[in-house]
Amino acid sequence: MRPGDVVRVALRALMRNKLRSLLTALGIIIGVAAVIAMVAIGEGARARVEQAFSAMGTNVLIVSSGAKTSGGAKAGAGSLPTLTWDDLRAIRGDVDDVRFVAPRVHTNAQIVAEDRNWSTVVTGTTPEFFDIRNWPARLGVVLSPEEVDSGAKTVVLGQTVATNLFGASADPIGQTVRIANVPFQVVGVAATKGQSASGNDYDDVVYVPVTTFLAKIQGSLQKFIPGTILIEVTSDEVTGAVSDKVAALLRDRHGIAIGEDDDFTIKDLTETASRKQESSEALTLLLASIAAVSLLVGGIGIMNIMLVSVSERTREIGVRMAVGAKPRHVRLQFLAEALALALAGGVIGVAVGVVTAGRLAAQFGWPMLIRPEIVAVAVGFSAAVGIGFGLYPAHKASRLDPIQALRYE
Amino acid sequence: MASSAPLIAISDVTKTYRMGEVEVEALRGVSVDVDAGEFVAVMGPSGSGKSTLLNILGCFDRPTRGSYRLAGDDVSGLGADALAETRNQTLGFVFQSFNLLARTTALENVELPLVYAGVAPRLRHERAIAALERVGLGERLHHHPSQLSGGQQQRVAIARALVNGPRLVLADEPTGNLDSRASDEMMALLAKLASDGITIVLVTHEPDVAARAARVIVVRDGLIQEDRRGGLAEEAVGAP
Repeated sequence: MRPGDVVRVALRALMRNKLRSLLTALGIIIGVAAVIAMVAIGEGARARVEQAFSAMGTNVLIVSSGAKTSGGAKAGAGSLPTLTWDDLRAIRGDVDDVRFVAPRVHTNAQIVAEDRNWSTVVTGTTPEFFDIRNWPARLGVVLSPEEVDSGAKTVVLGQTVATNLFGASADPIGQTVRIANVPFQVVGVAATKGQSASGNDYDDVVYVPVTTFLAKIQGSLQKFIPGTILIEVTSDEVTGAVSDKVAALLRDRHGIAIGEDDDFTIKDLTETASRKQESSEALTLLLASIAAVSLLVGGIGIMNIMLVSVSERTREIGVRMAVGAKPRHVRLQFLAEALALALAGGVIGVAVGVVTAGRLAAQFGWPMLIRPEIVAVAVGFSAAVGIGFGLYPAHKASRLDPIQALRYE
Repeated sequence: MASSAPLIAISDVTKTYRMGEVEVEALRGVSVDVDAGEFVAVMGPSGSGKSTLLNILGCFDRPTRGSYRLAGDDVSGLGADALAETRNQTLGFVFQSFNLLARTTALENVELPLVYAGVAPRLRHERAIAALERVGLGERLHHHPSQLSGGQQQRVAIARALVNGPRLVLADEPTGNLDSRASDEMMALLAKLASDGITIVLVTHEPDVAARAARVIVVRDGLIQEDRRGGLAEEAVGAP
């Protein structure tokens, strides 16, 4: 028997019962479509998270002050300032593989331009901050060391703030804005950064020299940094080592005995990123089990219909055997039918899944990403299900006795 | 193959079926030779064993004991695949209920044995058309069985039996579902095939059908009761 004839006979048998074939394949269609759609949106979300992390700057450590404990209740990180300017200088000077160190202190404040105002986060920092965040100015310049040293009243605006105070296309360089009633001169507008994964607008912020911030906007004890220290290490590989070294240095400087808790926290962005990665791997596993269950159900549906089909077509099988079909020809014919059903279900399922993901993405503004290997795996698994669940009915058909089959009513 | 050897040589064949605890002896030692080109009718009441004999002749079933040589080859011990191949290459079948595939054209029905013989599609068409023309259905190639009369359906079945150039055509009550006019046409067609040199073994219980054959074998109680050429023994058949 020629391969072309096997395919032709199988397809004709399926086309004879179009509705039944479609309903049989429906289990596979729904399973595959659901998985394709969910994976497309999941992958899109993952891609967006990764993009967001790279926007924040890779190989960055954030050191925050420890949490204040009052009456047994621990307040959040940074509630008790423990980091000092000397700590910052020590990290800069004594730890290897550190490229940049910058302080970051911030508060919410109203910014007033000539006729408009805007509430935003005012951040005091040093020029290294812009290196760490890999963040150039779109217009003008970012903060300079001289401005920090002299406590200059200069400000770099985020794009969102610039737009809200001066309009999208205006050039605000040289203009004056008032922050906490102190006039600042705009020296730059930072390049657009976009949103974080959690929806924070990276561009809704202004930067002033940290010295000016502490002197004019929010006073503080001279010795302590009322915020965080950002550290950029020289490469991803040394992030963990530098984190350990900084921890050891700070424990030593703060006189913390062995066995006592740290009075600071070091957060590693790559750590957060890999945790996100892990959670998306868990999601993938969940999707895989949903897919497995729906393919199993779909496969059982195929097996059921193939068994019905074998018993309905007993006489046909008898005729075919009478004119010379060998048992393996009959087996092959029914296997081909099961395979065609499952494969068609897989292909239709992929199409439905892609369309559904596209609709959802358009409707809700979710990102989506369709990876060809996921499509290949889905279709491949459908085919395997078809063969797996087609084997028994096909075997049953091939074992029929031609005499009995011909007499079957 | 030497012309002296018979096409069918059955020697002391028995067939025993087990029906639960009971053993039923359908054939109890049958020996018969049929030469190439003979037109043989097998008669006998129901339960006589004539269907069992036909199943063994048709390579659907194997004898419990005894030997069956078909065209010189011993086929009594062949496996399922080899039997299927013999049915495909050497035999043609015509059934009482036609056994055509529904919703399949006459042409495709006739092509079916060639599909399993692995013949290429174009050659398949040519041979199937030739076979249908031979039985006078050249104008009905693309009709479905439901669009054909009983006589026409049985002629499609004969074309299917002939398409692979068989040595032997086995017909099981081929006129059983036909009216008398179609029966006559059918027997005329079989007689013509026999005169063309195709061996025909026909099972029937109708004496006037058997009368068209050159040789009549009467089976009763699993044994050959009578085997005569050139006529029919009324008394052996009993009342019709």
